[in-house]
Amino acid sequence: MKAFTPFTGIVAPLDRANVDTDQIIPKQFLKSIQRTGFGPNLFDGWRYLDAGEPGQDCSGRAENPDFILNQEPYRQAQILLARDNFGCGSSREHAPWALLDFGIRVVIAPGFADIFQSNSLKNGLLPVVLEAAIVDELFRRVAATPGYSLAVDLESGRLRDPGGETWSFVIDPFARECLLQGLDEIGLTLQHADAIRAYEERRRREAPWLFPR
Amino acid sequence: MRPMPKTLYDKLWDAHVVREDANGAALIYIDRHLVHEVTSPQAFEGLRLAGRPPWRLDTNLAVPDHNIPTTNLEAGIQDPVSRLQVETLNSNCAEYGITEFGMDDIRQGIVHVMGPEQGATLPGMTVVCGDSHTSTHGAFGALAFGIGTSEVEHVLATQCLLLKKARNMRIQVEGELAPGVTAKDIILAIIGRIGIGGGTGQVLEYAGNAIRSLSMEGRMTLCNMSIEAGARAGLVAVDDTTLDYVRGRPFAPAGDHQRLAEQAWANLHSDAGACFDREVELDAAGIAPQVTWGTNPEMVAPVDGCIPYPADAPDENRRENWQRALAYMDLKAGTPITDIRPDKVFIGSCTNSRIEDLRAAAVVVRGHKVAASIRLALVVPGSGLVKQQAEAEGLDRIFQEAGFEWRSPGCSMCLAMNADRLEPGERCASTSNRNFEGRQGHGGRTHLVSPAMAAAAAVAGHFVDVREDNS
Repeated sequence: MKAFTPFTGIVAPLDRANVDTDQIIPKQFLKSIQRTGFGPNLFDGWRYLDAGEPGQDCSGRAENPDFILNQEPYRQAQILLARDNFGCGSSREHAPWALLDFGIRVVIAPGFADIFQSNSLKNGLLPVVLEAAIVDELFRRVAATPGYSLAVDLESGRLRDPGGETWSFVIDPFARECLLQGLDEIGLTLQHADAIRAYEERRRREAPWLFPR
Repeated sequence: MRPMPKTLYDKLWDAHVVREDANGAALIYIDRHLVHEVTSPQAFEGLRLAGRPPWRLDTNLAVPDHNIPTTNLEAGIQDPVSRLQVETLNSNCAEYGITEFGMDDIRQGIVHVMGPEQGATLPGMTVVCGDSHTSTHGAFGALAFGIGTSEVEHVLATQCLLLKKARNMRIQVEGELAPGVTAKDIILAIIGRIGIGGGTGQVLEYAGNAIRSLSMEGRMTLCNMSIEAGARAGLVAVDDTTLDYVRGRPFAPAGDHQRLAEQAWANLHSDAGACFDREVELDAAGIAPQVTWGTNPEMVAPVDGCIPYPADAPDENRRENWQRALAYMDLKAGTPITDIRPDKVFIGSCTNSRIEDLRAAAVVVRGHKVAASIRLALVVPGSGLVKQQAEAEGLDRIFQEAGFEWRSPGCSMCLAMNADRLEPGERCASTSNRNFEGRQGHGGRTHLVSPAMAAAAAVAGHFVDVREDNS
């Protein structure tokens, strides 16, 4: 995972609650055995007027002009502003992969589905939870100023808008450390290999049926 | 001093903590890792790139299910992209020495049907899989939840996951269900009550005499859809129904191990006085057969009800969502549910493709014909063994004589990764778990129901109240 560095990016408003992972990246694109290349099919069903197929060149497809990411300046958005329970549904990690591949690095919402949130943190996509009232206010500012941008600083846990106003957010300390340093979580867990082996030895005595071989 | 009473979730969590850090994050040991073809290729690739071996091979069990065709299996998978994904699972399992039930194995099936059927899911285990419907296995008093691909790799490499403990929520369902009302209706009614985000950050324990009366198949249906309420996992306490189901299955303990295991499993229930962060109660007798009318599972109504008016929505977000859902579903507020006419009927999925589900549908179908207006009615058993059992009972003939197609096992039209799908605008009565936009095919419209309700809709050509057949 690449280290998460401070940046300023355009905020795209996606004004609906309960955006599920089937919308973020529809199932036909889950057939890929790669981690990359999902960006052109992000929100495929909302973004295009036809039904997309894997492997298809998306440059010639008819776009839905009403969909926010098909409008300027949001094609360059790096921050997605969303409503509650973003990322509900399937556990597909292809959802954060698709958002990242499109260029989104931060999603702001009043709440996220658990698995999506965990998947995002493991891939360097930052899920920022803000109070619903603040999210409402951000939707208003984006509507008033197309191209509205926010500066994101994970180190200080702050968003800053062009007027200088800031909002704080909280990320789980371990996930934050991994994001800031681009750490490999598996490598960190393997530092506790002795503890895992000790657990297994104890467990084998307590519950031998779990160790049939 | 007496020990603090614990919830079932507390007990399962405590038994699997390898170590805890100061922030409350814990390394949790995983007893069973189920693997399928869609969410695993990138995880195996990660292991390979890092040069890491799997930590403990015998906890892993793999099966392809999402991409498997349900007709003409002899011809293999026609779609080259789907075929490559399944072949990649085969070669990864072969390379690392992981047990896999391949396409030609009678034990192949939907991963959440196969695991319990084989006794690979046991009470007291932690069970994970790169699939959100892993919550199914909580029916056994196991802590079971879906994970992403990075976590699949993490489990393969370390046998552990780094987790924060969720909150405890109990859903108590007391009383007797009306004949024809099933576990599917209970869980849809629960989601209708608490909402699709109502379980976020929580583990739901289902309790009460209506839950204890359910078979293991019913409990699996119930726990399966815990994720549709956003919950981390669902749980049902272990009782004799659990033990009877598990005994004698291929991966279940035998002899001395069985005796020891059953002694330990007797403790897999919430203690009297255990503290829950939230409790919800439902009256079983008040639950009607449920039909979803919108584009997520909380948009649900009793079959004897009507499609609600967006103006009556509890908040503005929902009002907008309801409006958008009605437009997508091409339905009008105020329409009686029984006026909705499906074009297709799908009986299958990890929610409702077990033998009891097929029996319940067959009872309704027997001696009737699928209505002329239904373009396709499919029955897709959950595994090769379910299919075999159903055929031994003659259920396949009942379905086929009525005009249903009798297919081979797989995820099929639940998410349409294989060839089984809805065409744009088509409406489906489906026993699956998600009615999201496009879930069953681009532009398709899904109504989630129980197997009996799907079967009755196939025969009548519109939704009907199955309780009337039973009265």
